[in-house]
Amino acid sequence: MTATDTPASGAAGALRRAGAALAGGGGGTVFALLVLVFAVIFAINPGFARPPSLLAFAQQAAPLVVLAVGQYLVIVSGELDLSVGSLVGAQVVVAARLIDGQEPMTLPVLALMLAFGAAVGLVNGLVTTVLKVPSIIATLGMMLVLYGAVRLWTGGAPTGALSEAFRVAGRGDAVVLPLIGGVPWAVLIAAAVGAAAVALMRSPYGRTLVAVGDNATAAAFSGARVWRVRTLAFVGSSVLATLAAVLIGGFAGVTAQVGEGLEFSAITAVVLGGVVLGGGRGAVLAAIGGALAVEALFTLFNQLYLPSTIQPTVQGVIIIAAVAYAARERSRRSPRAPAPAGGPEKSPREEV
Amino acid sequence: MRRTRVLLAAGAALSLALTACTTDTPTDGPGEEGRTSPSGDWFDAEEYEAQLAQRDMEPEGPADEPWLQAIDPTYTDTSEYALEGEDREDPTVCFSNASVSNPWRVTGWITMQQQVEVLQESGDIGEFRVSDAADDDNQQISDIQAFVDAGDCDAIIISPSTTATLTPAVEAACESGAPVIVFDRGVNTDCHVTFIHPIGGYAFGADAAEFLVDELEPGSRVLALRILPGVDVLEHRWAAAQQVFGDSELEVIGHEFTEGDGATIKDLVTQHLQRGDVDGIWMDAGDGAVAALEAFEDAGQPYPVISGEDELSFMRKWQEEDLTALAPVYSNFQWRTPVLAASMILDGEEVPEEWVLPQEPITGDDRDDFLERNADMPSLHYAKFGGEDLPGFPEAWQDR
Amino acid sequence: MSRPRLGTTGLVYVALLAILAAGAALAAARGQELLTTANTVDLLTRSSLLGFVAIGQTLVILCRSLDLSVGYVMALSSVVAATAMAGQPSRIWLGVAAVVVVAALIGLANGLIVTRLGVNAFITTLGMGLIIKGYLDTRYQGPAGEVPAGFQLFGYTRIGVVPLSFAVMAAVAVLAVLFLRRTRTGVHMYAVGGDAEVARMSGVRADRPLLTAHVLCSVTAGLAGLLIASRFGTGSTLVYSSGYELESIAAVVLGGTYLLGGRGGVGGTVAGVLILATLDTVFNVLGVDPFFKDVLRGAIVIAAVALYARRQIDRAATPPRFPRRPGHAAARGGGP
Repeated sequence: MTATDTPASGAAGALRRAGAALAGGGGGTVFALLVLVFAVIFAINPGFARPPSLLAFAQQAAPLVVLAVGQYLVIVSGELDLSVGSLVGAQVVVAARLIDGQEPMTLPVLALMLAFGAAVGLVNGLVTTVLKVPSIIATLGMMLVLYGAVRLWTGGAPTGALSEAFRVAGRGDAVVLPLIGGVPWAVLIAAAVGAAAVALMRSPYGRTLVAVGDNATAAAFSGARVWRVRTLAFVGSSVLATLAAVLIGGFAGVTAQVGEGLEFSAITAVVLGGVVLGGGRGAVLAAIGGALAVEALFTLFNQLYLPSTIQPTVQGVIIIAAVAYAARERSRRSPRAPAPAGGPEKSPREEV
Repeated sequence: MRRTRVLLAAGAALSLALTACTTDTPTDGPGEEGRTSPSGDWFDAEEYEAQLAQRDMEPEGPADEPWLQAIDPTYTDTSEYALEGEDREDPTVCFSNASVSNPWRVTGWITMQQQVEVLQESGDIGEFRVSDAADDDNQQISDIQAFVDAGDCDAIIISPSTTATLTPAVEAACESGAPVIVFDRGVNTDCHVTFIHPIGGYAFGADAAEFLVDELEPGSRVLALRILPGVDVLEHRWAAAQQVFGDSELEVIGHEFTEGDGATIKDLVTQHLQRGDVDGIWMDAGDGAVAALEAFEDAGQPYPVISGEDELSFMRKWQEEDLTALAPVYSNFQWRTPVLAASMILDGEEVPEEWVLPQEPITGDDRDDFLERNADMPSLHYAKFGGEDLPGFPEAWQDR
Repeated sequence: MSRPRLGTTGLVYVALLAILAAGAALAAARGQELLTTANTVDLLTRSSLLGFVAIGQTLVILCRSLDLSVGYVMALSSVVAATAMAGQPSRIWLGVAAVVVVAALIGLANGLIVTRLGVNAFITTLGMGLIIKGYLDTRYQGPAGEVPAGFQLFGYTRIGVVPLSFAVMAAVAVLAVLFLRRTRTGVHMYAVGGDAEVARMSGVRADRPLLTAHVLCSVTAGLAGLLIASRFGTGSTLVYSSGYELESIAAVVLGGTYLLGGRGGVGGTVAGVLILATLDTVFNVLGVDPFFKDVLRGAIVIAAVALYARRQIDRAATPPRFPRRPGHAAARGGGP
């Protein structure tokens, strides 16, 4: 027990550096936090270290990882997307109503969901970039519209049912490996999304996205079409939210409350990963690390038999502490004095 | 300049204050003795015993219309509210609804609207005016106040969002002179003409817990899944379960708040299964019961003994997998009763002061019967909705 | 600076009147009256609750910050007030004082975490909200405490059609306007939000206005909690689920305050609050489906803010008091 524990906490600094190297700066803290949380979980319940438990954890974390990647795209470009939670809810309810348990409907409905998700992202993006509505308001408005519209359409509570085929992605196993057991589709999908996102951020588009978030003016002067870059980020966020909806709906079926509050979980995950609200700084791998850390914290609370009412308090303290620690590290590294208002981080609402 | 204007405005406001001060608050405070302490322990031993006893009483009234039945009623005279002649034609009934934010309320709300249509057809009620507070207590207080101020409600029906907080508003409604009908959750006053509700949360929670105690071996491990803390109808269910479990040899391994979200439920149950066996699941509402069961399937574990609710997705799963299960009921048909009561009161007919409707769980014996009757209904529908004889059946409940 | 600000605020009041007129016309077309006594009292009561929160939110937004913990502060304050009063008229002032102290401490904590620890306001206040939620859920099971009848007068007394709570809210708004115009800290809030770097170069210490804004924001949320307690007759922990944090931000932005700080004011915010309340009243009178209300609200907020944004682009030539870094105006216009 001690053997797992001590090196982990003792080597937190080294881990952070290794994590920072891996994530390209800024994200070291989250990997240290992740390792620490897992060390404690293993210490309490050594059985958790077995592959089936870890894979079950990864399966539960997959939707948040996908959402965090989407939210990362928007945040690093200097905006915020509050509509993802109600978009997830809307998509699951729409899918249940349209599929209504009929297997052949699965693929057409999936295509429709994809189109709907892209359309929502396009509207978010254009309202923000062309109409100059701050993204926090644009996506808050979208959140209200989606929440109301879906309930208006279904009369307040979801109807219908998802097909078995629809549920495979969120619930089923892709392969069954010897010794390890079933590897869920959700884990593979989340890994693929993560890999694609890393590749994307290394592509010219990814570099422009970060440049736009860092300084839209400079990016515009160097030839970037700021509005297009950001609109595409919103479309990416909404499409990934749609994918998350497929995973969540598949995992647990349809309930009236599905998706509620996910926008804040996703933003928390991204910020925990050291990505700066306001844009321009932070790596997508660290955002994924943030999502895993958020899920790992919940697992830890559960393993500790922490009363569920007190969990939000602990969560709040840890989030603030982790972000404060990362901010300290950052200001220690950069000799520039921190900007006064809002601390060294930029405001969540960067100039459009 | 600006300051002068501000001062002027302040002066004007002050003079208004001196001339036209009115207060809408109920002048004499709530009766102290009738008021239960809203804080602290939710367990009320007397009420608990009363509800457990009511489960075994034979209700009065027509057996095929449970929404008109009453358990151990004390009738109250309503002749003072009777409308005569022209006034009785098309009276306005006002309904302040807490919300339609969950499937149980949606189902009930459809039933109520269907019942209203019947009564409007027959001329027993006229305009049916509705405010929906969307679960916001303050909004509902304003809604009720607006009914009172409008002054043309012949009867006011209230489904309070929270017991303690709505009490002052209900008292204000009572003082308006119109008969007030409260249903579902109660309030801490007895100024209303009738308070309609099924037996209650203690009976629900005890039904569920007793079933688990009967079906499980001593020493079995039970997980409790709850929706939210702080809502009285739900807290009563859990308080009763704690009583029952406390006297049993079952081990309660934890109670978790899920907000009724399927993904959260499945997460939590999966994690509990990773740490050890779970033999029984107690739920304070059926939302997401299927997700809890799926966690067992995906973990390759045998199904637990489970208590859910009469929600159809759970009942269908119960039938498919032939589970050892119980569906405690918080009678959804109670949504019919308030409008019928309004019509009775406006006729001057006596009604029970506290109208306790029957509340019987669905067991393995009558499960298939209820599923058959609701075969065409959507999955988030409630088996004991009690609207089969209304003209809109079944389309109104199918096309939501 | 003051002219363009008046311009935006003026526009907001014009929008308010337009919505009132349109609502009245729609209601009249259905043979109903919009501004009956009942509806007016309802409208103003609704405004007073959101108004308190939105006034405080305006201050933090002017400083280029924001506060997502206000809903939780309201819930906590209502419980603190009701338990401290414990139903006794003699303890009313104790309850009020306790709320102000508790709320101010929370605001101070928010402000210190933002300024000293360098944590973004979004995360700070989201985390603070979670901390309070955990405390409330653990410590209280549902409504707690009792408010004496004397204090319920705060929530139910009215002067003609004007509820006392609205008059108090208006007074707080007037105080906030005077604070922003007449005090050093108030004026500095605009400077800090406008451009922190320029503000610092001109000798404004950014920490103090920001800290003050966070404290005042929590205190106004505390006042909203007091109003809740007085209307409910007890403290309600579940108020936090009513979404006041996002609604107050919407009201502030609807009132013409610039989300990036430095421009706007409390006058506009009050109009923004009244617009939201008027919409609700109109929807109520017209019997709009509660879910359709959400759709309309979302669409209207976006549309209104898009309109303001258009005006701001048109006025991009006007030199603001604290000039932004060169090129910002170009960036704003440099999208499409």
